[in-house]
Amino acid sequence: MYLYPKWIRAWHVVNAVIFLILIVTGLSMQYTDKENASYVVGFAKAVRIHNFAAIVLVLNYIIFVTGNLLTKNGNYYRFRRKNFISDLVKQFIYYSSGMFKGEKHPFPVTEERKFNPLQKITYVLALYVAIPLLIISGIGLLLPEITITTFFGISGLILTDILHITMGFFLSIFMIIHIYTCTLGHKPTSLFRGIITGYHVSEEE
Amino acid sequence: MRSFIFRIFILLALINFISINTYGSSLFKTEKDKVQDTISFVSPFEAANNRCFKCHGQEKYEYTNETIGRQVKDNMCSERILHKNEFYSSNHRSFSCTDCHSEEYAKFPHSGELRMEQKYNCIDCHGGDEKFAKYHFEEIETEYKQSTHFKMEDDGFSCWKCHNPHTYKISVRNANNLKETIAYDNAICLNCHSDYSRFQLLSDRAEIDIIKQHDWLPNQASHFANVRCIECHTKINNNIAVSHQIRPKAEAVRLCNECHSKNSILMASLYKFESKEQRRDGFFNGIILNASYVIGANRNEYLNVISLIIFIGVLIVIGVHIAFRIRNKSKTFKEK
Repeated sequence: MYLYPKWIRAWHVVNAVIFLILIVTGLSMQYTDKENASYVVGFAKAVRIHNFAAIVLVLNYIIFVTGNLLTKNGNYYRFRRKNFISDLVKQFIYYSSGMFKGEKHPFPVTEERKFNPLQKITYVLALYVAIPLLIISGIGLLLPEITITTFFGISGLILTDILHITMGFFLSIFMIIHIYTCTLGHKPTSLFRGIITGYHVSEEE
Repeated sequence: MRSFIFRIFILLALINFISINTYGSSLFKTEKDKVQDTISFVSPFEAANNRCFKCHGQEKYEYTNETIGRQVKDNMCSERILHKNEFYSSNHRSFSCTDCHSEEYAKFPHSGELRMEQKYNCIDCHGGDEKFAKYHFEEIETEYKQSTHFKMEDDGFSCWKCHNPHTYKISVRNANNLKETIAYDNAICLNCHSDYSRFQLLSDRAEIDIIKQHDWLPNQASHFANVRCIECHTKINNNIAVSHQIRPKAEAVRLCNECHSKNSILMASLYKFESKEQRRDGFFNGIILNASYVIGANRNEYLNVISLIIFIGVLIVIGVHIAFRIRNKSKTFKEK
């Protein structure tokens, strides 16, 4: 089943590479020390690479949002109010016990339903909440002179940075879980093949 | 069609939201909104000093030329102008002019010989005095003599080139607004280093373009507004409040990690007066947070611990899940 058009695959691979670069350089800046001046890539280089990669991420994100607004791919990220919580629970139970008992996937992938309920909510939170917050706070740190100095008595830069590193952290955790859950396909490698070739292989095929 | 227009609207709203956040809002306080203090000091020598300020406090002065027998108006040399407000808000504000200058200046026209008057240096009054012992002026003098500025003393360099005795005020020790203190202290350096006509009086070097010289520094404007030149251009001395050993260009701090790290040098320089407060609300080098935020120096230890717990927790859950999958697979294999 052809599920991932070329533009989605291109966006995804750019996003993946940029994410890894941003995590490594972000950690280098956050945990740099005088004794370990060259921690991973070193502070000065980390700043330059992080800034450049961040701009690429923003451009890539604009492509993603625009693509989702203008094509039917955006429909995959829409929630249906009916059975919202129970569907999430059903999927969670499948991942935590059902799949070990050989039960059928409660929400098999179809052309109309690319994501299961758990996938959908995490993707929406990551792509429509965490990334925008990450980008906005990132702009605030890239251009500190435009960041508000105080917000209810607390330095605007601290709040901006905490928001940035927190979102960065949650997205890194998301990435680890995302990579792991991608091994839960028909075969451990089939979902990875899918995002490269565009074709999804399901259990029935 | 309606759905298409709605999507375009959402896209425009997102762009608008980002731009509002980027350019800020008048609802929030900005740097420009801060108000300065006014001067309320009354000098015991006000009347006597006013005799000097009458001419030296303004750009034009007037006197009776007894030789030609009429009133003469003239321009005051810019180097000899001293604004009253600046003097009365300076450290030496309680002084009478003649505490440092000859009593002979009371006479007008001033004698030409007075120009040759030997001027005091800081150590002449502040040295060897119990009252000032805690400020270690002798050590400041020693540091100054090791500094790159000292080698220009024969050309006329002295304490006063940086610390104008008429206007200088201690800033960092009593800082209420650190940003203003930083701007004040940096102006002392820029007074010569960004004014070639003054710079030339002491050095034969070609003009230095400060902005270009610091091109390598990321977020240059932010650095210039948030740290003093001396943070990178002096050698830290823990015995004195402000290091006076200006280092040659080649020895200036260039490694980001010197400040952007848990043991940031800013704690021994800019934040020395308050550095006893090592952590505030779980932040390393918390005192820096009162005025600024330094990536790498202001990690929050609670966030560090929480993030580590979440990270390990996720790895454990994934590990357990993998273990169950392996067990399940081998069970299925055996059954087959």
